[in-house]
Amino acid sequence: MNAFWTNFFFGIYPYIAGAVFLIGSVVRFDYEPYTWKSGSSQFLRRRGMLWASNAFHIGIIFLLTGHTIGLLTPHEAYSALGLTAEAKQRLAMTAGGIAGTVCLFGMVFLVHRRLTDERVRSAGSVMDTVILLMLFGQLLLGLVSIHFSAAHADASAMLALAEWAQRIVTFRGGAAELVGRTEWIFQLHLILGQTIVLLFPFTRLVHIWSVPVSYLGRRYQLVRRAG
Amino acid sequence: MSHFIDRLLFFKRNVETFSGDHGVVTNESRRWEDGYRKRWQHDKVVRSTHGVNCTGSCSWKIYVKGGIVTWETQQTDYPRTRPDLPNHEPRGCPRGASYSWYIYSGSRVKYPLVRGALLRLWREARASMRPVEAWASITADPAKAKAYKSIRGLGGFVRASWDEVNEIVAAANVHTIKTYGPDRIMGFSPIPAMSMVSYAAGARYLSLIGGVCLSFYDWYCDLPPASPQIWGEQTDVPESADWYNSNFLILWGSNVPQTRTPDAHFYSEVRYKGAKSVVITPDYSEAAKFSDLWLAPKQGTDSALAMALGHVILKEFHLGQSKSAYFEDYCRRYSDMPLLVRLARRGDHYVPERFVRASDFSGHLGQANNPEWKAVGIDEASGDVALPNGSVGFRWGEKGKWNIEQKDARSGAEIRLRLSLIDHRDAVVGVAFPYFGGIEHEYFANNPHPEVLVRNLPARKLVLADGEALVVTVFDLLAANYGVDRGLGGANVASSFDQDVPYTPAWQEKITGVKAADVITVARQFAENADRTQGRSMVIIGAGMNHWYHMDMNYRAIINMLVMCGCIGKSGGGWAHYVGQEKLRPQSGWVPFTFALDWIRPSRQMNGTSFFYAHTGQWRHEKLAVREILSPLADPEEFKGSLIDFNVMAERMGWLPSAPQLEVNPLELVRQARAAGKDPKDYAVEALKSGQLRMSCEDPDDPRNFPRNMFVWRSNLLGSSGKGHEYFLKYLLGTQNGVMNDDLAAGGGDKPLEVAWHERAPEGKLDLLVTLDFRMSSTCLYSDIVLPTATWYEKNDLNTSDMHPFIHPFSRAVDPAWEARSDWDIYKGFAAKLSELSEGHLGVEGDLVLTPIMHDTPGELAQALEVKDWKKGEIEAVPGRTMPVMTVVERDYPNTYRRFTALGPLMSRLGNGGKGLSWNTEDEVRALGELNRLVEEDGPTKGLPRIDTDIDAAETILMLAPETNGHVAVKAWEALSGFTGREHAHLALHREDEKIRFRDIQAQPRKIISSPIWSGLESEKVSYNACYTNVHELIPWRTLTGRQQFYQDHKWMRGFGEALCVYRPPIDTKTIKPIIDAKANGDPQLVLNWITPHQKWGIHSTYTDNLLMLTLSRGGPIVWIAEKDAAKAGIEDNDWIEVYNANGAIAARAVVSQRVKEGMCMMYHAQEKTVNTPGAETTGLRGGIHNSVTRICPKPTHMIGGYAQLSYGFNYYGTVGANRDDFVVLRKMRKVEWLEAERAAEEV
Repeated sequence: MNAFWTNFFFGIYPYIAGAVFLIGSVVRFDYEPYTWKSGSSQFLRRRGMLWASNAFHIGIIFLLTGHTIGLLTPHEAYSALGLTAEAKQRLAMTAGGIAGTVCLFGMVFLVHRRLTDERVRSAGSVMDTVILLMLFGQLLLGLVSIHFSAAHADASAMLALAEWAQRIVTFRGGAAELVGRTEWIFQLHLILGQTIVLLFPFTRLVHIWSVPVSYLGRRYQLVRRAG
Repeated sequence: MSHFIDRLLFFKRNVETFSGDHGVVTNESRRWEDGYRKRWQHDKVVRSTHGVNCTGSCSWKIYVKGGIVTWETQQTDYPRTRPDLPNHEPRGCPRGASYSWYIYSGSRVKYPLVRGALLRLWREARASMRPVEAWASITADPAKAKAYKSIRGLGGFVRASWDEVNEIVAAANVHTIKTYGPDRIMGFSPIPAMSMVSYAAGARYLSLIGGVCLSFYDWYCDLPPASPQIWGEQTDVPESADWYNSNFLILWGSNVPQTRTPDAHFYSEVRYKGAKSVVITPDYSEAAKFSDLWLAPKQGTDSALAMALGHVILKEFHLGQSKSAYFEDYCRRYSDMPLLVRLARRGDHYVPERFVRASDFSGHLGQANNPEWKAVGIDEASGDVALPNGSVGFRWGEKGKWNIEQKDARSGAEIRLRLSLIDHRDAVVGVAFPYFGGIEHEYFANNPHPEVLVRNLPARKLVLADGEALVVTVFDLLAANYGVDRGLGGANVASSFDQDVPYTPAWQEKITGVKAADVITVARQFAENADRTQGRSMVIIGAGMNHWYHMDMNYRAIINMLVMCGCIGKSGGGWAHYVGQEKLRPQSGWVPFTFALDWIRPSRQMNGTSFFYAHTGQWRHEKLAVREILSPLADPEEFKGSLIDFNVMAERMGWLPSAPQLEVNPLELVRQARAAGKDPKDYAVEALKSGQLRMSCEDPDDPRNFPRNMFVWRSNLLGSSGKGHEYFLKYLLGTQNGVMNDDLAAGGGDKPLEVAWHERAPEGKLDLLVTLDFRMSSTCLYSDIVLPTATWYEKNDLNTSDMHPFIHPFSRAVDPAWEARSDWDIYKGFAAKLSELSEGHLGVEGDLVLTPIMHDTPGELAQALEVKDWKKGEIEAVPGRTMPVMTVVERDYPNTYRRFTALGPLMSRLGNGGKGLSWNTEDEVRALGELNRLVEEDGPTKGLPRIDTDIDAAETILMLAPETNGHVAVKAWEALSGFTGREHAHLALHREDEKIRFRDIQAQPRKIISSPIWSGLESEKVSYNACYTNVHELIPWRTLTGRQQFYQDHKWMRGFGEALCVYRPPIDTKTIKPIIDAKANGDPQLVLNWITPHQKWGIHSTYTDNLLMLTLSRGGPIVWIAEKDAAKAGIEDNDWIEVYNANGAIAARAVVSQRVKEGMCMMYHAQEKTVNTPGAETTGLRGGIHNSVTRICPKPTHMIGGYAQLSYGFNYYGTVGANRDDFVVLRKMRKVEWLEAERAAEEV
């Protein structure tokens, strides 16, 4: 990949995707409140969903959390905890591999179901299928990348990617070049990932924003004053 | 503020906690909830209803938001009922609740559409010609005509402007009137009660220009001929609330929860109250689940079952151990049981002839007025002949004796007529009765007995003017006919129910399959309840039983039971035939406006069945010979000819209407007559007598006699009610069709005697078919011009039903969408354009109008004793007595529009009326002028009340009708008092000052005012029940005898064996044998009886193309078959099947169900051909509609006219389109072909 595209995809695209993601989500939340939903089709076809849906969701939540912590935590923090880069990579590969497999198990079912079940397909939108396939592709890329990571016993690729992510979110330059030096698989994984972020506000994924986490700590009873 | 930002205010959100931190007081914004609140907010709610023939007439709230109809819900603000009766509401069903889908659906007709081929021809012609000449040039050129006629139904519509379509329609009409005559322009629209103003729009236009309105009730075969035969009244029935007053309900072939959904609650409620219910239906219907006892007779054999019930009732409750004083008294007063019938000698026995009349006696019993129309009985006290009041002879020509007080008309003395002569007989004689139950039929069980059954009767000798005669009473005839042993010896009577003698319970078991013990139980309980409650036993009947060829036998057998048990005219009792929304409550306000009687009297009307039979060429394929249905006692020489011959005779003798009428243009005929200095009537009579002039009916295939233009509105004639659908396509439209039947030439049948036979039948008789609809129905697809009309939420109109006593509005909740216009505005547009285009072609024209001899007019006393045909020289041709009434009327074509939009002067000059009554209506015309304003423009309408808008039209109807204007009601009752000599006005006086106006009913449905147009009352004390005023006010039934008639003495009734009710098996329509082997595809084929009941997911074809209803159903055409039949043919549920016979073919899916009786299949009536219908293998064409496999056979007894109650009335009497005797071949489809390829080049 030449310098221009490297700079575009890993230096500029993240901000485009991020901006669309944030602004798009707010705009949709305000202007299209009826579309703010998960669009579940479980009502139409329950069969297998207990396993598939849960496997997919548990896997992907684990993966998302892992990526967030893994990429954005400064390396110094690990060192302070006594975790070497190599150990961290092994941890990431193992935990990510397990979670990815669980997720893959669920997703294969979900993809098959969405593509072949008339009822589910006709009740859903094109975007439902597109985003599911993109997530599926992203998952496969991620799983394949384990093989490449394994070749870097020194965890150099992992460190470079983490550094990239941290530079991007802290608005520091030189991020793109870091990625430019990694293998194609990581680059592709990143581009697809950013595209998913970009499309996020236009898909059913917005339901992620509304995970009712506050319920965990909520008071039992909510009231308001009369008048 | 933004919802998003609202959610960020989390620091200010929670104000304080309480209950030890278990709760929190919050300020969190709830504005987001508005989203859900707005979902159900709306700008306005408007009251409207659905103009569909479902009898519901339910009040609905139509919600409008941003100018768009969003949804509808049931209204619940009906006026309350009295305390002991459940309220009417809520009314409605899922079909109505899904109506708003249509308005913005893909099926909506949005613009005026014309078939491309026609529009191209029109524009080419218009480039060089004026409109009328342009139309003439297209229709005169056979190649051009074929170019657009032969592709009817094959798509190719293009948009046109309203101006252009108005011009085409008006030009076609002007050309047709000028060239062929106005009676070549037909209009078909059914059931005025479902939207009166819309019906009136077209009918008023047609009536002003001399066009013909076709009847529908008879054509639909919903019209029960038994009703006029017995009562002289057409379908007057109890409202559904009256079910609640019943104690014993038989539901016979009626599926109340499915087809009377909004009324079904009264049925449930009365069941909770404790009423007993028996349901009689061959299939396990929804109604069957409500019953205490379900009887499942073989379909089509209901009259055998009913006759057996009647046998038990007569034997036990009239003659036996449970003899009921109530029944006897009721029958003596209100039925023809005590009247005398002459016997005629036939070999070594006798046959019953006609009623003894006053004219039979020397001196005519002192009767100078109509003595041949007055029946007699024997007074018990004196033993002498008595002349009771009430015969139709007293109705006309004299005053005050047309009532059913038990008095002798000569002396005014009280009389008590003798029911039976058994104790005062002069002789016991053998009387012959026809028996049809032995006729063999491939698919129906028979019960062999001799075809003539001689039974002994007590008779009395009377000295009449022509010598001594033997007479019997109807009661004795009836008991003998039912086979009840009276101890008079002789054969063919049963002393026990177990004897197999017609019509015992044991006898019927062989035919119907119903256990004799069940029949005895039901009969006893039904009668016992009626005896103890004075008539609170009721029979609710559905159309199914009326759709058989011998429907009158089904109905008469049941009505006989009801009359025997004194149930007719009693609250909670009687005959409840709910078939179509036929009750046009403000009828006599509506009729003059609709048929333009304010301008021209009379209007042209035609009975639909005879018209379609002749002009769709169905008669060319007639396989039912008259001898097959003739009584074994009739002389075949007297009844020669084929079915259409009988119809032609009936038209000629003034019995049935006739249109097109004469083979010449009636405008031209008047012109010629006047030029010759003769009265056009005399001129026409002379020409007809000499044979120079023929009636059109004698040669329906001559181009001079074709119907040329046709309007269809508020109807799906070709997708639903066109019995013999494929014949319509072939002969009337001239397009692709699936007829596989030989005509009489090829099939070698008997050709008619009275009708000219053309070896090459014409195809494509109609030059122009115009359909007005809001949705793209099957009829639209076959039309030349399709016009977008307003939906039921886009127009103002009126709606009533027989199921409840309220009058409902349609309201314009939103303006008609896209380019749609209301029917009223569309016809106004035609009228305006026709007025313009008639310049230079048509001016003020004299038109000779032929009308049949009408019921409820003095003319109904036309042909008292004999049937004589003037054409055969048997009698002089006298219009109005032996031939149709002839009237010359003036039409003012250039002023058609002005006349259309103003109430004409005849209302003030000639008054208004209905059912034989008339009253002055000047006050109402004046009031209407004040309400609607007067026409101010100079011209022939200046100073007359305006009728510009649909609301003006509604106000006109409401103002003129007794049911909605108390003053008129009082006048109408007073008019009736003149006939009966009894005071009736008290029935309406308490509401005299009430005027129900359009805005009143928009505010709340209003209960109508009692009027003599109907035989029931609207009051706080009783629910509406038919014949209530006959029984309680002693108003005669409008029959020959003034009573309910068990006996039908017309010569043709006797000739066809139906003087008394008998069991007659279904006819053989011969549509299977010629084709079953030729069209086999190798799979097993079933031959099944074709039953087409009303459905759950549609009302006729409306809603069957509605996505919501399709989703609840199976989403396309389906045919129900029995599990056992399916197994025989290897058919599984949801398989594609083909259904065919010689008439055509249908493609559908199978529903395999235990519900269905073996040997029959059911295709719900009128599933739209436009939805999910593949090709049929036999025809290679797209599968048809349920009527693709039917062809009608008219019945001669329905053609009788000029004879008291058996006189014609529009939608009152006449031939009916029976379709249930047909059989079909049903088999699995091998290949489902969707026919989606492009049409071949030569077709385009």
